[in-house]
Amino acid sequence: MKKRKDRRAFFIFMAPSLAGVALFVLAPFMDVFKRSFTTAVTGKYTGVDNYKTIFQNQAFLVALSNTIRFTLVCIPLLVLIGFLVAFPLGRLKNAGLVKSVYLFPLAMPTATIVMVWKMFFYKQGFLNLFLSKIGEWTCAWGEIHNDYLGTEAAFWVLVFSYIWKNTGYTVVLWLAGILSIPEELIEASKVDGAGGLRRVIYIILPNLKGTLYTIVILSFLNSFKIYREAYLVAGAYPHKSIYLLQHTFNNWFVNLEFDKMAAAAVCTGGFLFAVILGLQKVWDKEV
Amino acid sequence: MKSGLLTGIQKTLVITALILPGIFVALPVMVLITGSVMDRYELKDYLGPVFMEGTEFIRWKLVPDFPSFDNYGKLLFLTPQFFVLFWNSMKMVSCILAGQLLVGVPAAWAFAVYKVRAGKLLFALYVVLMLLPFQVTMLSSYLVLNRLSLLNTQQAVVLPAIFSTFPIFLTYGGFRCIPGQLFEAARVDGAAEITVFFRMGLPLGKSGILSAMVLGFLEYWNMMEQPMAFLDDKALWPLSLYLPEITWVQAGYAFCASLITLIPAAFVFVMGQDYLEQGIIYSGLKE
Repeated sequence: MKKRKDRRAFFIFMAPSLAGVALFVLAPFMDVFKRSFTTAVTGKYTGVDNYKTIFQNQAFLVALSNTIRFTLVCIPLLVLIGFLVAFPLGRLKNAGLVKSVYLFPLAMPTATIVMVWKMFFYKQGFLNLFLSKIGEWTCAWGEIHNDYLGTEAAFWVLVFSYIWKNTGYTVVLWLAGILSIPEELIEASKVDGAGGLRRVIYIILPNLKGTLYTIVILSFLNSFKIYREAYLVAGAYPHKSIYLLQHTFNNWFVNLEFDKMAAAAVCTGGFLFAVILGLQKVWDKEV
Repeated sequence: MKSGLLTGIQKTLVITALILPGIFVALPVMVLITGSVMDRYELKDYLGPVFMEGTEFIRWKLVPDFPSFDNYGKLLFLTPQFFVLFWNSMKMVSCILAGQLLVGVPAAWAFAVYKVRAGKLLFALYVVLMLLPFQVTMLSSYLVLNRLSLLNTQQAVVLPAIFSTFPIFLTYGGFRCIPGQLFEAARVDGAAEITVFFRMGLPLGKSGILSAMVLGFLEYWNMMEQPMAFLDDKALWPLSLYLPEITWVQAGYAFCASLITLIPAAFVFVMGQDYLEQGIIYSGLKE
């Protein structure tokens, strides 16, 4: 009796959201799935041709490998930097201001900051100026005129701006995790004579697995938003090293190549679905 | 005594280690602020080298020699387009947030309070939908918006965003923190489900709802992909898309426009920092 009542209430409260999600996401995604097996213009059934095409498409493959490389570089780096900041911060009594400073980039609209990045990374920008000054001081090297945005280095500029924007929330998550470890546990380890480093490795880190999972998932989600920076700094066709999946999708969209787009959307969506379910399985086993 | 001294030194070390990167975070904002109050000739002098191929470097001063508010005057009094775009942004963001409130809060309530079997499955589906990047769902959104003839209207940006599943998880986090016995007690006293929701859920789950609003504002104030894909008419654009259109020749103007775009985001950040942090923690997806 109660079960039935619960179910009714659940669906009444869910109804608006479910209807919207079905109309705007699920139903059209079915359509996309169907289209991924047809041609863009005539809608003729072509089997898996679209899938073959995208996996032979040079641009798509470059974009795919760049995106994977970006994720693999950024997420561990972000997780580590976040921890290195959060750990000492957890011991301070008044960490509020420091935390605000780190969080602020999250609030800054991308468009407002891109101009400053350009000033930093242009050939005649601040970074080269700074490096040249150091060279002058130490007499180790002369003036430096690297082009950061038009070469391989663009990838690292992107990594930098990702870390810059996202360190704040990683710090907040780590801090929440660290502060939720029971005080007695830490005290007990002190009594048992565990030193600083050993305490971190054996007591603190194992208690933060849940936090780590959260951070990885959210960093992954945010890593796709780096497209904004990439697009604003370098446009729709940037240097090869920062040509991301998002660029491919966008350029296909602009050129109305919906068949390829559909196939790529199905692949990417399927891949992400598998990754998320996999991570959830691992997570459920841990707890 | 000795150990007290040591911790004093340690503390200073920790604080410096934390403040140094903090400066790094703050520096771009400083550049933005100074740039906006610099007079035209000074800016041209400093930024000149960037346009010309040469070996001369960019220069900068954190306190301009000739501070002036000319650019602000020009932007605020002589550029009506700027106002149009500013209000476009405001309108779209507030419509999205209002819609999310109406659709997302009941859905979060349903997930948090009614434990039904369908709920678990839907929850997993919603997690996946939340993590899908815009580019994957771009084509499906386009197809449905096209069918509803909403392309190139602001509803094309607003409607899909209303049904985003991200705010549901933040709100859900807030509802989960309320002890369930409270609702049981209310039901025993004869309260209908809808009364429990309005009279207890909403006031007690306030922090989750506000977190969703704060994070939502920052996200949609910065939105670029959606309007770029679905709005052709520049008069409908939000500010975040317009800023990058300003060229280097109008640098002072661009600095001002960036700073004014930043102000609402900074305001929300300052007012809602606690909720922002809470929201980041709620987004931990833990059931």
